[in-house]
Amino acid sequence: MSAIFDYLTQEPVWFYVRLVLFLVGTLAFVGANAAYLVWVERKGAGRFQRRPGPDEAGPWGLLQPPADGIKLMAKQVMTPPGADALLFRLAPALVLMPPMMCLAVIPFGDKLLACDLNIGLLLVFAFGSINVMALMLGGWASRNKYAIISAARVVSQNVAYEIPMLLVVITLLMITGTMNLNEIIHQQAGGFWQWNIVRGIWDFQAGHIGGNILVPVTFLIFYTCMLAETNRAPFDMAEAESELVAGAFTEYAGMGFGVFFMAEYANIVVGCALATLLFLGGWQSPIGTVPAEWGWWGTLLGTGFFFAKMYFLIFCVVWIRWTFPRTQFYNLLNLSWKILIPVSLVTLLLTAGLLKLPNLF
Amino acid sequence: MKTFWEVLLGLKSLFTGLSITIREFFKPTITTHYPRQTETIPARFRGHIQLTQNPDGGASLCIACKSCERACPSACIIVEGVKKTDGPGKTVSEFRLDFGTCSLCGLCIEACPVKPVKAIEFTKRYNLASTTNDYADMDLVQRYKDLQAKKS
Amino acid sequence: MKALNLIPVGDPADETFTLNLGPQHPATHGVLRVKLVMDGEYITSAQPVIGYIHRMHEKMGENRTWAQYLPNTSRVDYLSAMTYTHAFVGVVERALKIEVPQRAEYIRVITSELNRIASHLVGWGAWVMDLGGFTPILYAFDDREKILDLLEGICGSRLTFCYYRFGGLCNDVDEAFVSGTKAFVPYMRERMKMYKRLVTDNIILRKRLEGIGPVSAEMCRRYGACGPVLRGSGVAYDVRKAEPYSVYKDFDFDIPHYPQGDSMARYLVRMDEIEQSLRIIEQAIAKLPDGPTMGKAPRIVKLPVGDFCYATECARGRLLVRVTSDGKENPYRVRLRTPCFTNLSLFEEASKGMLLADAIAFMGSLDLVIPDIDR
Ligand code: SF4
Ligand code: SF4
Repeated sequence: MSAIFDYLTQEPVWFYVRLVLFLVGTLAFVGANAAYLVWVERKGAGRFQRRPGPDEAGPWGLLQPPADGIKLMAKQVMTPPGADALLFRLAPALVLMPPMMCLAVIPFGDKLLACDLNIGLLLVFAFGSINVMALMLGGWASRNKYAIISAARVVSQNVAYEIPMLLVVITLLMITGTMNLNEIIHQQAGGFWQWNIVRGIWDFQAGHIGGNILVPVTFLIFYTCMLAETNRAPFDMAEAESELVAGAFTEYAGMGFGVFFMAEYANIVVGCALATLLFLGGWQSPIGTVPAEWGWWGTLLGTGFFFAKMYFLIFCVVWIRWTFPRTQFYNLLNLSWKILIPVSLVTLLLTAGLLKLPNLF
Repeated sequence: MKTFWEVLLGLKSLFTGLSITIREFFKPTITTHYPRQTETIPARFRGHIQLTQNPDGGASLCIACKSCERACPSACIIVEGVKKTDGPGKTVSEFRLDFGTCSLCGLCIEACPVKPVKAIEFTKRYNLASTTNDYADMDLVQRYKDLQAKKS
Repeated sequence: MKALNLIPVGDPADETFTLNLGPQHPATHGVLRVKLVMDGEYITSAQPVIGYIHRMHEKMGENRTWAQYLPNTSRVDYLSAMTYTHAFVGVVERALKIEVPQRAEYIRVITSELNRIASHLVGWGAWVMDLGGFTPILYAFDDREKILDLLEGICGSRLTFCYYRFGGLCNDVDEAFVSGTKAFVPYMRERMKMYKRLVTDNIILRKRLEGIGPVSAEMCRRYGACGPVLRGSGVAYDVRKAEPYSVYKDFDFDIPHYPQGDSMARYLVRMDEIEQSLRIIEQAIAKLPDGPTMGKAPRIVKLPVGDFCYATECARGRLLVRVTSDGKENPYRVRLRTPCFTNLSLFEEASKGMLLADAIAFMGSLDLVIPDIDR
């Protein structure tokens, strides 16, 4: 087994293998996640509302996602009259691209990443902001008033939330000193007290105060912004079904609609994966380090930890969605500009100060 | 400072909400799994009407007085009677209910003069959904006979 | 590409556009259509267009006998059927001077109040759903289901009860109903505490409702708005206190009212009203007298010539039934003055300059039942 791995990890074989694996892998991963997160969402919603959720198709309703997929694919795809047909068709394709690009640089395990990029974090944010363009295109091209209103909302919301998100990430970067995602995870080895969410408060290894004592707040801000960026409740103004029918996707039918849905879940996966690796130590074990001699099995174990943390965060997303009413969008903007941005600026300054502090003594 | 407390209290209210829903998450479900489980239908349930089974067997209690037909607000009952061969009075020969227009109000039953047991009663049938309209046209005399045959 | 036949949008310098909210829109719960003229997300004018579910209930009254109209009364506002039937049997009893036995009156009060709670629960749940919170409506339906089970046990129907008759009730309540109701009151109180923590105190909800859609008492007066809308504007008017019908005089209860006049005030009025209804039910069930449930009513009902009216407080406000009789078996005219119609009519004025999302929240605060508007 390990001989095969050793062969595969040789350059340049490794490069092509990785490329193919990545393409197939991410497509499958995004597809499976989107399908089964819908199932998790519906099942979770059911449990929160004390009903069973989907349970007719297969055991525990596990065959519901394929059934839904078949249904969506069987539906007629229509372009509304007066719509810009090209952009209308292009939008679903564009909306799925950014999260897939982001997945390329996210390390799911020690060596399990398609592309070990030095500026991985930058790439994630760069592509993360593009998906709003696709939503806007879709909303604008469908020539529907509800869709246009929704498109306008999406843009203002994303602009407002990009800023605090970047600010808190900069705070974190000041501590880590690198944009390489795998490197960031490597720094958090040792146990849960080494994860950034704890290390920021007190650095046990160095035995002095951490770089950012407000790191739980930072995490909260990051998570909130992540919800807002992915247009999830309570910030789901983009598809506020009781106001805007289905928001930007009102005119989409069949798989066009399905792809928007998939993109939403893919974005959640990316967001939660990012939160996991920035704050919760990525694939690091919560106690101690996975011994290096375990080799690939250790990596797989790490991947298990990563998924456990990530899916827990995703469950929280579902939990939040089925608990809160939707915010009004000026409240949302107020929250961003009046609370989140000042607070993240404060943490930024604080971190800058605290990082200098140990040097003074 | 005021804003600060407001934010904190707001945050607290959000966490209270989350704690409530997560508690509900682990409670058992409260739904009835319809085709496999059914609810017990209460004794006074108002289904469609039918001719009451004569406790002594034999013909229906209905004397074809048409009180129910007159009382019905939706005009969905048609009653026809024939002279009894073995004594005075009439007996019902046709009793049709157009269930599609029935409003399940029970005024027909209240209007029925037959005592002590009324000649019509509510059934407890509720799963009458159908893809065609035929089910709505009910021949209650036929139904009476069928039920009687089943009983004996 | 085929040339498109675009609909002219009017003066291009004029930046407004028309948005059709409904008749099939998730937030209009039924078939209400509101023609919005929007400037961006701001509403410059909102014109409700009604009539999509007009079923001629008033006209139907002219073609039916007095008793035959009873099932219709449950179908006007299907969420508070009991109070509607109450108003109609009330007007006939008043005209014919029919004595209703005490037990029947008490049971009428209990069932009406249970129905009011059920109605408020649906209104509340649907409103929170409009605001984007999907879970509370299912909790509310769970509680409502308990009420409907109780009511189904006594009258055999879950929604269109048709339980009251001229002079009394169609049948007496049983022991299961009495004990069930007794158990329901403390249960519901517990749930109300949970609702307060889950929804009422929630910062997102408060931010969405506080200060939204202010309606002054003066505006209510001009449009004839009633019920929780009026009480949310600080006027403590409730038919049950102002012109007590049935046996409401015997009970001790308050009329919740809040002076702010915003959506939150209307929200709180409804939540407090559930508590007050529970109080009434508790007292009524404790004092429930024995005796018959049907008074002496003529077999063929014929009202004397003249005009009669009777008002009840239904879940959405003051319902007035006015009938004109020419002494025949059928009414000459039945007129239903329904609360939703008047409450809706202030929407146009109050929603000017509002944001779309706020207007939806405001519409929810009026708690409209569309069949009640159209009749
Ligand atoms: S229940 Fe009412 S509508 Fe139905 S048949 Fe009897 S009287 Fe007519
Ligand atoms: S069912 Fe009763 S009311 Fe109707 S015709 Fe027969 S006896 Fe008369």
